[in-house]
This record gives sequence, structure tokens and C-alpha cells, in this order.
Amino acid sequence: MLNASLKELSASLAAKKASSVELTRLFLGRIAKLNGVLNAFITVDEEKSLAQARAADELIAKGAAQPLTGIPVAHKDIFVARDWLTTCGSKILSNFVGPYDAHLVGRFNEAGAVLIGKTNMDEFAMGSSSESSFYGPVKNPWNADCVPGGSSGGSAAAIAARMAPAATGTDTGGSIRQPAALSGVSGLKPTYGLVSRYGMIAFASSLDQAGPFAKSAEDLALLLNVMAGFDPRDSTSIEREREDYARDLDRPLAGLRVGVPNEHFGEGLAADVGAAVEAALGKLEKLGAKRVPIELPNSSLSVAAYYVIAPAEASSNLSRFDGARYGYRAKNYSDLADMYRKTRAEGFGAEVRRRILIGTYVLSHGYYDAYYLKAQKIRRLIANDFADAFKRCDLVIGPTSPTVAFKIGAKTSDPVQMYLNDIYTIPANLAGLPAASIPCGFGAGGLPVGLHLVGNYFSEAKILNVAHRYQRETDWHLRQPTGLAS
Amino acid sequence: MSLSLKEVLDVAALARIGIGEAEARAVQAELNKIFELIGRMQKVDTEGVEPMTHAQGLALRLRSDAVTESDQRELFQSIAPQTEAGLYLVPRVIE
Repeated sequence: MLNASLKELSASLAAKKASSVELTRLFLGRIAKLNGVLNAFITVDEEKSLAQARAADELIAKGAAQPLTGIPVAHKDIFVARDWLTTCGSKILSNFVGPYDAHLVGRFNEAGAVLIGKTNMDEFAMGSSSESSFYGPVKNPWNADCVPGGSSGGSAAAIAARMAPAATGTDTGGSIRQPAALSGVSGLKPTYGLVSRYGMIAFASSLDQAGPFAKSAEDLALLLNVMAGFDPRDSTSIEREREDYARDLDRPLAGLRVGVPNEHFGEGLAADVGAAVEAALGKLEKLGAKRVPIELPNSSLSVAAYYVIAPAEASSNLSRFDGARYGYRAKNYSDLADMYRKTRAEGFGAEVRRRILIGTYVLSHGYYDAYYLKAQKIRRLIANDFADAFKRCDLVIGPTSPTVAFKIGAKTSDPVQMYLNDIYTIPANLAGLPAASIPCGFGAGGLPVGLHLVGNYFSEAKILNVAHRYQRETDWHLRQPTGLAS
Repeated sequence: MSLSLKEVLDVAALARIGIGEAEARAVQAELNKIFELIGRMQKVDTEGVEPMTHAQGLALRLRSDAVTESDQRELFQSIAPQTEAGLYLVPRVIE
């Protein structure tokens, strides 16, 4: 059961081989056993999960089950869930119990899924290692001395360690794909606007996008079917017809044009990662794909532009955390201004404070043109690069991350080194394109390598098709960390 | 470019984040490294490039000016640090 696909789990439930209560207990037991080591979950609430499981079993008994009814799903602790502690990995929300459900949480509830727990993450999703959480770092299931990637590291680790069969995350600069790569699981960032941001605690609103984590591309398709959809409560939610993201999974790859960007195979790419990605490209060619060299000449500027745009938007979004209406408030203060200053100094961790300061600076009087406007122009150049590339290819494929998982603590003292982890993932966020990471081998220390697949707008079904065909021919995505309790 | 200590303290004041001088010095060094990275943008000629604010380039939707939410004051105030008589309490601002 721990290794079963969502389809298999659903079939077991339908055939009454297992109940949702049994399935939920199985994964809760797994969490109880492993969370002490991995720290992948911030909140687990057996009673709430089991109540949902019992309700799901009733639906199944009545013959009213949908594809995910009774299936446990872990949500990143960035999604507000009614009556669940929702911390966003921060001290400033350490006492925040959700008064409502995020759109995504509501969608899973309506589908009859079981919320199995809230996963650990970098504070306010600002990080690439899940070390900046107020609740302590998440450990990589493949090697507990290493990071799982971030910011959605708890969700990635939960899938890798089989603590949940499915999970959600958010991706502003790579926060689904990079942890998926470093933890050896599959993850998808949809086209910007496909999944509602309502109830998803905002980091950088023009980039933030929610998406699924699972063991396989097929599972991702089933999860995206539940998550995607128009929501009038999100002003950038896209109105378009519903589609079945699993419809093209088995389509043959003959004639597929795979764009390979020179810029993502140069300096900075570790040899072990490069070798695994090359082998994966060779596999795709064997499956009928054609390799097309492409150029993304401005992609080297993406990290610079991102570290203007994301902090600028964050400094505005995070101004709401002031200790007045909810969350942590400093104990001692002299007046209102002092209450704000102390609450925010004590409530935010170092990386969040740093990004608020960058954002405040670049938006301050006299600097707007030199930073924010300049970054938005670079953003256009990066989006144009992709538009040109997609005239010649169907997908852009390369490495997700320049290296395999690094040691906990290795990059915490140097923010710039940490930021460069996302050099291959950030361009898709700036352009708003859908992109996935799937396991494609192992590098140094037996740690997983991720293959990055970027598609044109709304090409999720195509990305999942290519990922699924690859996964039919390979077993990297079925490999499990050894050394964990089985 | 590099930020002076005074600029760091000014920005922290604008952001309403209390910061001591010792911390400001540490932050100053980190921010300057980050701005060195950001500075790479400045070498690029972006004359005539239209800024991109949004991935889809769509105009924001308007909604009708109608009440859609119900009154949930008690629920929302149940998680507030300090309330009284249905109001959020903060230190006195006007004497």
C-alpha cells in the first residue's frame, strides 16, 4: 500500500480491499514512525484525519466516490485550512488556526480526500533547503544529513519516505521542482493562474503557483485534475475550460521536439547531474523524441531579476503581519510603532527579514526604475527567449538543479550561494510557464537527480505525457530511500 | 553599488523591523553581496523593452459591487492577540 499509485489505492478502496480509515491509519503510523527523524510535518491531527476518512468510507459505501475519495493528501503549511494550525513555517503565525479553507484545500475536501497533515517548509516559502523553518529543518529521506530542497521540502520528503501518497506545494522560484529533484519524487508547477491562490499565504504574487507532489506523473495528473480550476476569489485565476490532465499520458513520443538549452549545461552544473540528465535525454530520443539545441540567452539574468521582483512583492505582502489582528505579538512594547517593530523583528526569521529589507529598498523612492522596472524588463526578455524556443520545440528539457542535495548547514551562511540553487527553475516562474521535475537517476552519494521539463502555457498534459512515457520505461521514480524503517 | 549602514537602518525603519546596530552591520554585508548579484542586470541594454508585470498579460477582472461575505467577526477575532467589545486593541495612538 505504501508504494501503490493513486489509481491502485483508489481501486483498493472501491473493491473494499481496504478502507480509507485503514489507509489513513497506515500513513499516520508511518508519519509517527519517521517524523522524529525527518521533521517533514509541522502538524498532524489524527482525529481530524480519521473523521475525514470515515466520511470518505461512507461515500465509497454509497457508491458516490470520486477518483481521490479516501486518499490521504498532505498539504504544505502555506495553505490555510479551517481549524488547522497554519504556520507558513514562521513564528509569526505560530498560533494561527485557519478560520477558512484555501481554495485548494476546499477542492481536495470536496473530492473526498483526507488531509493527513501539514508539511514543513522554509519560512514563508523563502528558501531552497527547508532549513529556515521556525520548526526546524526538514531532513532528506535519502540521507538525513542532507537537505530535501525547498521551500516545499516537507511535502517532497513526505512522498519520498512514503509518509503520504500525495502532497501539495507552492513554487515561486522552484519550490516544488527543486525539492522534488533533491528528494527523488515527481512535482509539477502548473501555468501561472491555473490553481487559485485564495488561502495560499502570499509570498510573491506575480510568481506564486500551487502544484502537486507524488511518486509518478500519472499521480500528478490525477491531483492536478482536482486542484486546477477557475476561482473568482483570486484576481489572477484563469478562466478556461476544464481539462483532463491524464488524457494524453500514453500518447507515443514519436516526433516530439525536445529543446535542450546550452545555457543549462555549462559552468556550475555538477558532472553527476549532467550525466544523469544526458542519459535521460538519450532515453527520450530512443522513445522517438528529436533533440533540438536551443538558446535561452537571458536565463543567466533570471536569478538577479528574481531577487528584485520576489522580495519587492514579498515586502508588500508581508506588511500584513503586524501583530494587530492575528498571529504572534511581541510581549513588551512602548507604543504602536514599537509593537510593529518588535513583533516583526521577533516574529520573522533572518531570511524573511533580509528579503523584506531588499524589497523595501528596491521599491523606495528613487530606486524603482533602477531595480523593479529594470527587473520587469529582464523578465520580458526571459519570457521572449522561451517564446522563441517554443517555435522550434515542444518542451525544454534539462537539469532541475545544478547539484544533488547538499549537507544541512552547507549554504546557510551564504545567501547568494543558496539563491543559485534555483538558476534553472526561476526562468519558468518569471515567464509563468508550466514545468515539472521527475527522477532521472542518482548522483554522488546515491542522491537523486531531477529532470526538468518546461512546456508552453497550458501544456501540462503534454509535460505529463512525456514524463509518464519516460516513467513507463524507467524505474527511477519507483526507487525508495534505503535505511528508513520499512 | 553598496548600501551604507544608515541606508540599512532607514530601510529597516520603513519596513517596521526593529534592528540593532550590530545586526544592521551583519545585514549590511549580506545585502551588499545580494546587490552585487542583482547588479548583473544593469549591464543589459533594455532600452525599448516593455516591462512584464504579469505572466498572462491579462487585465484584472472587475466584480459587481455586491456583498458576498457574511459577518464572521467573532470567528476572526477569536484568533486576534487582543480584542474588546468587537474591536482589535492596539496601544493608544491618539492621546
